[in-house]
Amino acid sequence: MIQLSQTDQLLLNNFQHGFPLQERPYAEIAKQLNVSEEYVIESLQRLQAEGIISRVGSVFYPNRIGNSTLAALAVPENVLDEVADMVSNYDEVNHNYQREHEYNLWFVITAENRQAIDRVLDDITKRSGLDVLDLPMLEDYYIDLGFKLQWT
Amino acid sequence: MDMIVTPHPYLQQEQTRALIHALELGLPLSPRPYDELAKQLGLDEQQVMDEIARLQDVGIIKRMGVVVRHRKLGYRANAMVVWDIPDEMVSEVGCFMGGLPCVTLSYRRPRRLPQWPYNLFTMIHGASRDQVLEKINELAKTYSLNRFNYKVLFSKTCYKQRGAHYVKNKVSEAKK
Repeated sequence: MIQLSQTDQLLLNNFQHGFPLQERPYAEIAKQLNVSEEYVIESLQRLQAEGIISRVGSVFYPNRIGNSTLAALAVPENVLDEVADMVSNYDEVNHNYQREHEYNLWFVITAENRQAIDRVLDDITKRSGLDVLDLPMLEDYYIDLGFKLQWT
Repeated sequence: MDMIVTPHPYLQQEQTRALIHALELGLPLSPRPYDELAKQLGLDEQQVMDEIARLQDVGIIKRMGVVVRHRKLGYRANAMVVWDIPDEMVSEVGCFMGGLPCVTLSYRRPRRLPQWPYNLFTMIHGASRDQVLEKINELAKTYSLNRFNYKVLFSKTCYKQRGAHYVKNKVSEAKK
């Protein structure tokens, strides 16, 4: 585990949702953590530079604005990196993981509408010569309150 | 276009889209982040805060805050567990699993027979592969989920991970 100060831990754990909607949100967080506004801003900048947080921003419900799908390919091992890079290069692809399964490349395509997703899927099929498994979300059962961190 | 964002009475649709895009990229880390966004979008600070509140109320924004990269924090094992649940039970089982503390996603997706029989997708994170497997076994046993056919797909290489960009950058257009 990366070593983090207690303030870092609280910043990461307590502000994944319900971010203050007021003129000076970082000052409000500072008040709750009993530190200065400057300290909160600097800590967030540092955590972002270290890659521990990707951003302070919004997470959106899937498919309310625009559209997305989870797609998978069964790629021969010897060309996996090549195909994976080809897939990652699409701006519409935001997640792309190798997974342990016959379908070994899993990626999420997000775009403004379904037609734009179809264009990317068709393109990937053509360029890879592989059939894409297209698995759009039908229902979302998860209430996202952020990722509960456990400090050991 | 299948955008379901209805514009705020005093906001142009393009401005709403530009705001959504800005929130996908992240708030400025400076004392008055909403004011900064407002200046980029040609609005005032209060309008930006009101519009964010509205996007939360109408169920477009799921949450707003610090977006953590769990892999960097030592949660290196991440398993996508896929389940083949009878259609008439999938909502119930999906909601149940979505509420468990160790489960971080619970989605229903279509089967693609014969290649793909699984219709419920859950995500489980942990410090190690063994820890994640242990959690899954415990879950399957405790809640009799082991009567269903399921598969654990561990992630190996992460080729790409960033937030979704539903909306293309329209900030420059919105400013006109």
